[in-house]
Amino acid sequence: MAEYQNLFTRVQVDAPHYPGVPHEPRGIWQRGIKASTNYWLGKIGDAQVGPFYLGTTGVLSILFFILAFEIIGLNMLASVNWNPLQFVRQLFWLALEPPAPEYGLRLPPLAQGGWWLIAGFFLTLSVILWWIRTYALARKLKMGTHTAWAFASAIWLFLVLGFIRPVMMGSWSEAVPFGIFAHLDWTAAFSLRYGNLLYNPFHALSIVFLYGSVLLFAMHAGTIMAVSRYGGEREVEQSLDRGTASERAALFWRWTMGFNATMESVHRWAWWFAVLCTLTGGIGILLTGTVVDNWYLWAVKHGVAPSYPTTFEALPDPATLQGGP
Amino acid sequence: MKHLIRNGVATLVALGLLSGCGERPPIDTQQLGYRGTGMEQNINPRIMKTVMAANQPGPIQPAADGSGPLASEVYQNVQVLKDLSVGEFTRVMLSMVDWVAPADQKNCTYCHNAENYADESMYQYQVARRMLTMTRDINSNWQAHVGQTGVTCHTCHRGQPVPPYVWFVDPGSGRENAFVGTRAEQNSAVTGLGITTIGHSSLPYDPYSPYLLGNLPIRVNGPTALPTGNRSSIKQAEWTYALMVHMSDSLGVNCTYCHNSRAFAEWDGESRPQRTTAWHGIRMARGLNNEYMVPLTGVFPETRLGPTGDVAKVNCQTCHQGVNKPYGGVSMAKDYPELQREKVLPVGPVEAAADAMAPTADAAAEVSEATSPMASSTTAVGAATG
Repeated sequence: MAEYQNLFTRVQVDAPHYPGVPHEPRGIWQRGIKASTNYWLGKIGDAQVGPFYLGTTGVLSILFFILAFEIIGLNMLASVNWNPLQFVRQLFWLALEPPAPEYGLRLPPLAQGGWWLIAGFFLTLSVILWWIRTYALARKLKMGTHTAWAFASAIWLFLVLGFIRPVMMGSWSEAVPFGIFAHLDWTAAFSLRYGNLLYNPFHALSIVFLYGSVLLFAMHAGTIMAVSRYGGEREVEQSLDRGTASERAALFWRWTMGFNATMESVHRWAWWFAVLCTLTGGIGILLTGTVVDNWYLWAVKHGVAPSYPTTFEALPDPATLQGGP
Repeated sequence: MKHLIRNGVATLVALGLLSGCGERPPIDTQQLGYRGTGMEQNINPRIMKTVMAANQPGPIQPAADGSGPLASEVYQNVQVLKDLSVGEFTRVMLSMVDWVAPADQKNCTYCHNAENYADESMYQYQVARRMLTMTRDINSNWQAHVGQTGVTCHTCHRGQPVPPYVWFVDPGSGRENAFVGTRAEQNSAVTGLGITTIGHSSLPYDPYSPYLLGNLPIRVNGPTALPTGNRSSIKQAEWTYALMVHMSDSLGVNCTYCHNSRAFAEWDGESRPQRTTAWHGIRMARGLNNEYMVPLTGVFPETRLGPTGDVAKVNCQTCHQGVNKPYGGVSMAKDYPELQREKVLPVGPVEAAADAMAPTADAAAEVSEATSPMASSTTAVGAATG
């Protein structure tokens, strides 16, 4: 027979729906009252679905997202002559491209990047409205606004890529296309154009925080699951009143590496790593092309890129030998 | 037990899916640069086996006697191979039947009027004449790219009247002026010609027109660390990237076959000498398209032209066909001194004609002298075949 030993269990706990804490209603869209239970969602999270509270910003955000999504999707569908089979088959290749370089920051015709500008505008609007929503909901629940500021860090990178840097470079064409392979090709081409992004120190920092986040996530999640048999997943209680779960987890890390985070501080580590990942990434992108044109040469200039012994004949640029590439 | 069976089946399905990629491990790696720089060539021996099987040299006719009367003295209307003896001339003609004439018509009449072999009326005859000049031009003036290996008709044709790998200007998706859904000449799994895109990517699918026909700048990197006026765009970088992936595809090599991926644009000490060879290759393809192929546009019947009415043109794949050196480096041309260059005959006028024929000869010779490793070989081959 299944046993309920701790929260990490195969047994699904069911309880009367929780309507949520009281709040002061504002705006025309009120919080819903209906909730339901979904067994399969209960497998990965809380089985209770709802009540929903979209609010004005939520509704508008979804509306603008749908608009952007439709503009991108319909452009992709049109690009395969409205053939739904080809749309599915080529979905990963299809894209909505930003305007060509010759348009600079001017408004191009719709089909020459105009749709990209409109889609980007609606998507940005949607993302910013959703940010306002995360901020407002946190305030409404009398929470801190940590989530909103972490989200803002991601929005910073998004805005740098699609708006701030293109404006500074004087050309929409510098921005990222909307498309699956297309944005990957853009990423590779971006690095190729600006002489290897891996020599960009802010890109390096961003990678440190990205991989660091992954490492911290693995360490923290692993630790908590390992002590959940002692109630370790009740982290708030454990940080207020350190129990054996917390003690064992701390001891484990002190034995392992001589130092341990606390039930509270590990979340600060994780939050800062996540926030700094996109924050430094955005700085790195913003500096590329505006302040530094060739990161490899920049790294050579500052003694970052080492020189290796050549194992093959070093030939000069043939274009310099007879003039003109 | 149930779990075991289920996991076993899942593993088999996963392996089956992976093998569908056609690149099952193990893959051989060959180090090409200093340790730690990641310069290496990945070779899948199973794929290489198939590729090499498809890249066998063509038939070689027995060597001919170079003495005796000249073909131009015996036959009428010999314009290119004027310097060859009748024996050598006939050998080249027979070889062309082997190498170029279609499988169902392996005889002289694919190009010649059987009633009168000097008749120029067949388009095949006119094209073949121009192609002979081109072959000699490549072997004598493009040694910076083809080295001492050289080319013959078979290098591209492989026994077919139209070489298996040629390109036409892509007609586009037909939506260039549409209200929505323009593709900016990229972002498609198939090109406007209905063929697979460059390396299955969503990169621009016709990098040949701007670089191997036109002369647009390929380089996008700036020469200084800080911005000093390099206005190349990221979109431009995607076009260059597409051309490079075409080269990688055509030669069956990684980027690091030529480049050190940490600094793609750098030459001295970062790029292998192969990049210099490839640099000349780009110019050779561009030169051949403009000097030989495009002027032949009007000669070909409409059925041989592309959807925009353009002539078939060459790119890297036309000769290389998936191998870094055509046929894996085997030289067919060394057995064909007839195709190397015009023989210097004791008679004056022929020599003068040879100089006039190839205006690029001097320029190319300068290049090969400047790029030192090629220079010595150029002279050596020149002396041997001249």
